[in-house]
Amino acid sequence: MSDKKPKNRRDFIFTATAAAGAVGVGAAVWPLVDQMNPDASVKALASTEVDISSVKPGQSITVVWRGKPVFIKRRTQEEIDKARSVSLDELKHPEKDEDRVKNPEWLVMLGICTHLGCVPLSDKGEFDGWFCPCHGSHYDTSGRIRKGPAPVNMEIPKYVFLNDNTIKIG
Amino acid sequence: MSDSHYTPTSKFGKWFNDRLPLLTLANHLTDYPTPKNLNYWWTFGGILTFCLITQIVTGLVLAMHYVADTKLAFASVEHIMRDVNYGWLIRYVHANGASMFFLAVYIHIFRSLFYGSYKSPREIIWILGIIIYLLMMAAAFMGYVLPWGQMSYWGATVITNLFSAIPLVGEGITTWLWGGFSVDNPTLTRFYALHYLIPFLILGLVVLHIWALHVPGNNNPVGIEIKKPSNDTVPFHPYIVIKDAFALLLFLLVFAFFVFYTPNILGHADNYIEANPLVTPAHIVPEWYLLPFYAILRSVPDKLMGVIAMFSAILILAALPWLDTSKVRSAVFRPLYKQFYWILVIDVLVLGYVGAMPAEGLYLLVARVATAYYFIHFLIVLPFLGFTEKTNPIPLSISEPVLAGSAIATRSSKEDKIENNLKSLG
Repeated sequence: MSDKKPKNRRDFIFTATAAAGAVGVGAAVWPLVDQMNPDASVKALASTEVDISSVKPGQSITVVWRGKPVFIKRRTQEEIDKARSVSLDELKHPEKDEDRVKNPEWLVMLGICTHLGCVPLSDKGEFDGWFCPCHGSHYDTSGRIRKGPAPVNMEIPKYVFLNDNTIKIG
Repeated sequence: MSDSHYTPTSKFGKWFNDRLPLLTLANHLTDYPTPKNLNYWWTFGGILTFCLITQIVTGLVLAMHYVADTKLAFASVEHIMRDVNYGWLIRYVHANGASMFFLAVYIHIFRSLFYGSYKSPREIIWILGIIIYLLMMAAAFMGYVLPWGQMSYWGATVITNLFSAIPLVGEGITTWLWGGFSVDNPTLTRFYALHYLIPFLILGLVVLHIWALHVPGNNNPVGIEIKKPSNDTVPFHPYIVIKDAFALLLFLLVFAFFVFYTPNILGHADNYIEANPLVTPAHIVPEWYLLPFYAILRSVPDKLMGVIAMFSAILILAALPWLDTSKVRSAVFRPLYKQFYWILVIDVLVLGYVGAMPAEGLYLLVARVATAYYFIHFLIVLPFLGFTEKTNPIPLSISEPVLAGSAIATRSSKEDKIENNLKSLG
C-alpha cells in the first residue's frame, strides 16, 4: 500500500474478496489433487501373511506386499557374523544389524534399492549381500548401503512373527 | 504490422473478415517477409510442426484400440500390432515418430545455438521453445510407459523415484504420483490421460512460439537485424513454403527408412517382455533422446545432487539469452565461439554415448568430465567469451556480402567509389 493513498473501506473489501476467493479456489482444487493419492482399495491391501517353513538357511524368497517385492532371507551364521562384525564408522547410513532384524536368522526387508527403486540382485556385489544393476549400489548381508549412489539402507517394513513358520508383513 | 490494412477482394470475404479476421491472418502468413538467405537448417520448424501433427493423428487412432489397464495394456499393444488393420504401421509411425520429433528438435535447438537465435529480441521465443522441449520429454516418457513392457515399468519406476530425492516431501510426492506404493494401475491410467493431454498443450505453445516469432521476424544465418520487407526479404509463400516442403520430403525419407526397414532399432528388446515388478532388467536405459541427461544424473554420486544436476542441465538453457553476453548473434562472425560450439556438440554426443553404457570404470570418468564441461560451457565460457572475443566484421545487410564477395571488400569498394567520384568532381 503506497503512502499517498490512505486505506479505505474499498481496500478492505478487495482484500477480503481476494482472501475468500483464494480459500474457495483452494477448496475446489484440493479434491482434484488428492484424488491422485492412494485410494481406499490400494490402502486395503495393507498386510500379507507369508509361510516361511520351506526356506532353508542361505535361501531367500521374494513376496509381494503393496505391489513391492519383500525379500525374506534366512541367513547363515557366517552371514550374520559378517553383518555384525562391521564397525558403524564404515557405514554410510549407520544402523546396527541387531536393530534391523527381530530374529537374527531372518532378514525381512523391502527389496527396493533406495536410489531409484530398482530390485537389487541377491548374493551379488562386493559385500556379498545385494547389488543393484541399475546404477551400481552395493548392499551388505544386512541390506545396508555400502557403496554406490543409494543414500540409505534398504527399508525394513513393519512385520511380526505370528508363529515360527509365519510372518505377517504390514 | 503493415498487413493489418488488408482488405479481401470478394464481398463475402469482406463481410466475413470484418467479423472474424481470419483472412487477414492468412494474408499475414502468406506475405510474411522472410530473410532471403535462410538455409536448410531453418526448415526444421516446419518439419517439427509436421511431426507434432503426425503424433497427434497416429496417437488418436492408437487410442481407439489401446487399453490402459495393467492386465490388458501389453496385450492390447500386441493386438494393435497383429490384428488391427494397419495397426503395425500406425504404431511404428507413432513410436519412431517420437524419435524423429526429437531428432528434428535437437537440430532446431543446435541451429539456434549456432546462429544466436535466442538473443534479444527473441528470448521469449526461445523460452517457449524450452518449455515445449520439456513437455515433449514428459510426453515421450509417459508414452513409453503405456505398452507396459519391462522397460516401460522400470523406466517409470526410476524416473518417478527421482522426485523422492526431494528432502522431506519427496516420498509423499512419489506416492502421490504413483497413486499407490509402487508404479501400478493408477499410475498407468493417469499417465495415459496426461500423455493424451500434453500434445495439445504443446500445440498451444507452438502457436505462441510462432506468434512470438512473427513479432521480430526470423533470425538469419548472418544474424543481423534487417528491414522487413526490403530487398533482403522474400514472401513466405511461395519461397519458404516450397523450400520447407522439399526439406520435409527429405526428412520423410529418413522417417520412412526407420518405419519400414528398422522399426525397432531405436527401442529396447526388453520392452517386448511384459512388465514384472519383481525383476529389474539387468541394464535399464532410457530412449536415446534422453541419454545425455541420464548420463549427467548418473555421473553424480549423490542422489539429490544427481537429480539437481540433471534438471539444471535442462533449465540452464532457459537462462541462455543472458548467459551469452556477446552482442554478435551468428557464430559465422565469432571465430572462438564457433570452436566452443562444436566442442559442446561433441560433449553432448559423448554424454549420450556414455549414458547408454554401464556407469562404471572409464565410462563413469568420461561422463563426469563431460558433465563438468557441459556446465562450464554455459556458466563460464559463454559469459566470458562475450567480453574477450574479437569478432569479425558484420555486413550491413544480407545483400552486401552476396553482391560484393565479403563485408570488408564491400566497404573498400564503396570507399573506392566515393574516392573516384570525388576525383571525377575534381
